[in-house]
Amino acid sequence: MWQIFHKLGSPKWFYGIASRLMPWLLWVGVALFIAGVIWGLAFAPPERLQGNSYRIIYIHVPAAFLAQSVYVMMAVAAVVTLVWRMKLADVFVKSVAPIGALLTFLALFTGAVWGKPTWGTWWVWDARLTSMLILMLLYAGAIALGRAIQDEKSSARAVAVLVLVGVVNIPIIQYSVEWWNTLHQPSTFKLTEKPKMASEMWVPLLMAILGLYMLFGWLACLRMQTEVLVREGRTRWVKELIQQGGTR
Amino acid sequence: MGSDLSAMKAVMLRDIKTSLRQPQDLLNPLLFFILVVMLFPLGVSPEVEFLQPAGGGILWVAALLSVLLSLDHLFRHDFDDGTLEQLMLQPQPLFLLVLAKSIAHWLLTGLPLVVLTPLLAVMVHLEGNSIGVLCLTLLIGTPVLSLIGAIGAALTLGLRSAGVLLSLMIIPLYIPVLIFGTGTVMAAAEGAAVAGQLALMGAFLALALTLAPFAAAAALRISLSNG
Repeated sequence: MWQIFHKLGSPKWFYGIASRLMPWLLWVGVALFIAGVIWGLAFAPPERLQGNSYRIIYIHVPAAFLAQSVYVMMAVAAVVTLVWRMKLADVFVKSVAPIGALLTFLALFTGAVWGKPTWGTWWVWDARLTSMLILMLLYAGAIALGRAIQDEKSSARAVAVLVLVGVVNIPIIQYSVEWWNTLHQPSTFKLTEKPKMASEMWVPLLMAILGLYMLFGWLACLRMQTEVLVREGRTRWVKELIQQGGTR
Repeated sequence: MGSDLSAMKAVMLRDIKTSLRQPQDLLNPLLFFILVVMLFPLGVSPEVEFLQPAGGGILWVAALLSVLLSLDHLFRHDFDDGTLEQLMLQPQPLFLLVLAKSIAHWLLTGLPLVVLTPLLAVMVHLEGNSIGVLCLTLLIGTPVLSLIGAIGAALTLGLRSAGVLLSLMIIPLYIPVLIFGTGTVMAAAEGAAVAGQLALMGAFLALALTLAPFAAAAALRISLSNG
């Protein structure tokens, strides 16, 4: 167990294992995601009240799901950065933060597109919408801080502290935004109140979520590999790798 | 324990003393507070119908922004002249000294804001009871702003474009305090009981007092090792 943990810290080892893993993540992810989305968009039955417009959940829910769990993954990596000073954990944080921000934006955007036919408006200051917007700003803050600090080690640890402070705050923010919303307007709209879904609806949704997770894993590996190559540019194994023509 | 307390007291008194010698730095956030409040009647509407319900929120937002503006001073001078490194070498735990500095920061910016609030509250047509509750929420809430802000100030220490970056990082973390601060004032205006919400704000303060100095101290160590 601990040996694997130590090996994980080695950029070279990671580079090798990632290259072997990536084709699987990519193709299985693409297959699952495309199959889930096509099934959801074309073959799942229309919803009783919303008709066909509900079908955007096959994009919206996976994006929102992943947007939140990426931040938690970043927080775990932040602990690893601070406690064990593992370089790869920081590579992970730096590589996935923009993906997380993008997924949050995607969730907000598809939510707005969905909101127009269902609620009659692009945006409401609903608790969940607002807390997603705040999540996007938290991502943006972490990215900005990471870019602002030149020194690699300080940048890694500073971002880790910020991400951890953010993750402690997320439940508080979520709770207070919910409280704020119920104070101002009674719950006219609720994203959570779905009728019990038929299995033809949720199976494709689950496939889309799993597929997007795998695609995220592929993209994270790709970005991490790039980052590792940039950071380890002076080591021998990177030079040998480049001389071999980039293939492993 | 005794030496810890006396060290905290010394740091606090020192911060207050050096700041009082630069009165303009203390005055600027207050002037900024007044300016931001003034923009709302000018920019939106001077009518009582708008100002009275929105007044609590306007004052809270203005107070939040002026605390944010003053955060840069929290560690900057000590960082520039090397005092901060001396503080880190002290035998006392760094988080206690950071706590002392945060308290001093609140006494120099948050507290004057609270004192100025009744005047501005009258100008936005808040009523007697609401003014009292507003002052109380600011009294409990502004220390939280200083404490959380210390984390951001410590993280951005020594960076060139620190100001905007600090706002980007810290404002999302200020949201819960803002929501409960303005929410309590509104509840008071409607005649509802506010004790529960004030207690929750007190809980925020307790949480910030116990956790924020640790994070800020860790951030300071990172920023200083960079130099």
